[in-house]
Amino acid sequence: MRYMLLIYSKETSSATPEELQGIAGIHREVMNEAFEKGVFRAAEPLKPTSTATTVRMHNGKALTTDGPFAETKEQLAGYYILDCQDLDEAIDWAKKIPTACCGGEGCIEVRPIHEIQQPS
Amino acid sequence: MSAIDTKGAVESVFREQSGRIIATLIRISGSFDWAEEAMQEAFASALASWPQTGIPRNPAAWITTVAHRKLIDRGRREQTVQQKEDSLRYETPSIHVPDDLDIEQQIMHFPDDRLRLIFTCCHPALNQGAQVALTLRTLCGLSTPEIAKAFLLPEATLAQRLVRAKRKIQEARIRYEVPPSDKLPERLGSVQAVVYLVFNEGYAATAGDQLVRRELCAEAIRLGRLLCELMPDESENIGLLSLMLLQDSRREARVRDSKLVTLEEQDRSLWDYVEIEEGLELLERALRLGPVGPYQLQAAIAAEHAQGRSSADTDWQEIAVLYERLRAMNPSPVVALNHCVAVAMSVGFSEGLRRIDALGESVELQHYYLYHAARADILRRMNHRHEAAQAYRRALEYTTNRVEQEFLQRRLREMVSSEC
Repeated sequence: MRYMLLIYSKETSSATPEELQGIAGIHREVMNEAFEKGVFRAAEPLKPTSTATTVRMHNGKALTTDGPFAETKEQLAGYYILDCQDLDEAIDWAKKIPTACCGGEGCIEVRPIHEIQQPS
Repeated sequence: MSAIDTKGAVESVFREQSGRIIATLIRISGSFDWAEEAMQEAFASALASWPQTGIPRNPAAWITTVAHRKLIDRGRREQTVQQKEDSLRYETPSIHVPDDLDIEQQIMHFPDDRLRLIFTCCHPALNQGAQVALTLRTLCGLSTPEIAKAFLLPEATLAQRLVRAKRKIQEARIRYEVPPSDKLPERLGSVQAVVYLVFNEGYAATAGDQLVRRELCAEAIRLGRLLCELMPDESENIGLLSLMLLQDSRREARVRDSKLVTLEEQDRSLWDYVEIEEGLELLERALRLGPVGPYQLQAAIAAEHAQGRSSADTDWQEIAVLYERLRAMNPSPVVALNHCVAVAMSVGFSEGLRRIDALGESVELQHYYLYHAARADILRRMNHRHEAAQAYRRALEYTTNRVEQEFLQRRLREMVSSEC
């Protein structure tokens, strides 16, 4: 089953360029390992929420606003899609993924992907 | 055989064996719901046919066989329905029921089924409320209304909790298995926590329907025995069972005329010495087996209390030492508070009070009624009646349990009446 591992991270820029490079290095290691084990499907980082736009349909009209809701402490910073045997395996991968990609601490949300069968 | 005899026999099989049966049926079908329904139908069949045929030699195997057949029928039916609706549908969890199983062999050769079940029910990806509900529903065979009543929750809330948990197990694919050894310590911890939570819910809360809640203690002890039976080399399983037995031994003495009686004032002849003896034996076995963990230390503390012939005999110095060790392992404010009380009782009241006050400044205990109750009790012993009364009033602000409220009010009245 495919799981999406959503990386939520605090967008503080306290990390030094060296630290950020270190984190990117760990991501590469995790991706390589996942690839070698045949579970890797996709993984990508996102640009910070300062570049984000929210579109909401309201009474048939699109309401476009800058950024996501600012109150949330941790923002979506990237994702992995991994093909795992079960939740425990997905959790094991989640433990390896660094969450401090934007400087602050964070967490990983593990969500099973709802597979939609192609009409035959 | 009369229908009444049969009913009794069926009930006792349900009571003793339903956890084992459902654990096997879940493994076979991969579905909690299917297993539950098939088992219910099989018990209904037993009620109908045992008066004629007599009770089978192995009732659990009989029920499992009948339930298994029902699972196969259902598997076939669903397959047909699915084939008809095959165009554009979301994937439904596919449930395949193998139909060539030797049931007696299944039960004999898979003693691990109940272990699988308990680890799945207590998976940390489920919230603890759901873990508790699912464990009581499946392993203990308690009905949804029974569980709701015991936890003072609306039935609909509990039913919803069960549905959501079962759906998550299926859809997020939580595996039905005993965790590998590297994950065992962490996972076993969450199983033990559920068992102890069930026990405490029955033990600490004397409000509500007492009978049902006392039943929770019995269920927790049953689960504790099961853990010891299934994983006999885990010292903390034995420690947990010992702890529950030692605490449960005082149940008759803890409440008199629906009033709370403190350990110090309890009539020790009301203690259950059979449970105490078993608890002490288990503790000794656990400590020999090692390693020592928090449940064994708590059991050792309970054992100190259980062994004194009167409250004056209690070895508070030893209890203080045990709390200090427990505190090193589990640095929670509540454990720290208990340590302070033991220091007050062994070293001296003013030293204990000094430590409690220091603790109250450093950690968030101001909204915890036992913090104020412990302070009040020491002040009472020091004969500082005015301050004790103040502390009892603070404690009363934070307790919701009726029996505990009455106890605190009684103490408060004692303090106030002798004040003037």
